[in-house]
Amino acid sequence: MLGIALLVFREVLEAALIVTIVAAATRGVVGRARFIGGGIGLGVVGAVIVALFAGAIADAVGGSGQELFNACVLLAAVLMIGWHVIWMSSHGRELTQQMQAVGQSVKAGSSSLAMLLAVVALAVLREGSEIVLFLYGMAAGGAGKADLFLGIPVGIAGGVAVGFALYFGLLRIPLRYFFSATNWMLILLAAGLASTAARFLIQANWLPAWDNQVWNTSALLDNGSVVGKAMHILVGYDARPAGMQIAFWLVTVIVLVSGMRWMTRGHVASSRAAQTVAPQATA
Amino acid sequence: MLRLLIVFSLLMVCVSALAADMPEFQLTIRNQSFEPVQLKVPANTKFKLLVKNTDNTPSEFESTDMNREKIVLPNSTINVYIGPLDKGSYKFFDDFHQDTGKGVLIAE
Repeated sequence: MLGIALLVFREVLEAALIVTIVAAATRGVVGRARFIGGGIGLGVVGAVIVALFAGAIADAVGGSGQELFNACVLLAAVLMIGWHVIWMSSHGRELTQQMQAVGQSVKAGSSSLAMLLAVVALAVLREGSEIVLFLYGMAAGGAGKADLFLGIPVGIAGGVAVGFALYFGLLRIPLRYFFSATNWMLILLAAGLASTAARFLIQANWLPAWDNQVWNTSALLDNGSVVGKAMHILVGYDARPAGMQIAFWLVTVIVLVSGMRWMTRGHVASSRAAQTVAPQATA
Repeated sequence: MLRLLIVFSLLMVCVSALAADMPEFQLTIRNQSFEPVQLKVPANTKFKLLVKNTDNTPSEFESTDMNREKIVLPNSTINVYIGPLDKGSYKFFDDFHQDTGKGVLIAE
């Protein structure tokens, strides 16, 4: 029972942290519960489909199908998070002002929300397909029904509980700083996913490692531990990163931060222009 | 875009050509444990590790020491590229059967 619960917990935790960050980043947005719920539902369906086709995926591209599939899913999530972060940087201020003015609900761009729905779906799909394969193996290997029926809900509940704890912790951030905080979390999340994608591409020999292990901090915080796993998702922590992973991480942060700055500046300039034009028009 | 794709695929061809003369080592998963439990590999050399699963249940070859993870479906073989590793020992495990599936790579 414990083994089943632990594995389910670890996989659910990874997806739950991503869903939590997305949930926090869409705070106050009309219809976000539907979007997040829909994303989780789609992800679960996708996980079963991926597990069913695991054989075909594994055999594809000369036996590197799994790595390429994972890298593609991760990089797609990075692109979508990037889109949202850059979009938010030009609308975040309005969002905060509206939230303060009219209470909790505001309308956000539906394209940006759809992106985040896809991120939720992809996160659930990736971790979920592993759970499905593991449980299939457990059932086929003759694990007791009681173990499965206890282990699965306990594991899921544990992962979801950590997600909720993080969510309510984040809600304590004052509204003024809230969206810049969640934006930074999204940026670090995306950078970490990009670094993991690089790791899969190195494993498949599609990318050079640029030094296999640039540093080793596993004595300090091991990626096998629950905290190490959580940090891996939240900020992309890797105890033994390859040079290529660091490069992917840095490029993601630099591109997203400069995209954000650029959009914010453009937006401020245009609203300033509008303000200076307006009095002249009335005068 | 097309040009980029062509350059990329040419690069891939070069990479796979390089991979052709890489040393290969094999692990077998039987009854949810690894054989051999200790595998010697050369240090400072990149190599290809084959993991063959002879069981009827899926496994996941994983190593936090080497930063690798890959699912091994029932009755199938996967390959992962590893290294070059510094001298030392690197633990690996079967993420789906952590009680029985444990082993170590010795790079020397």
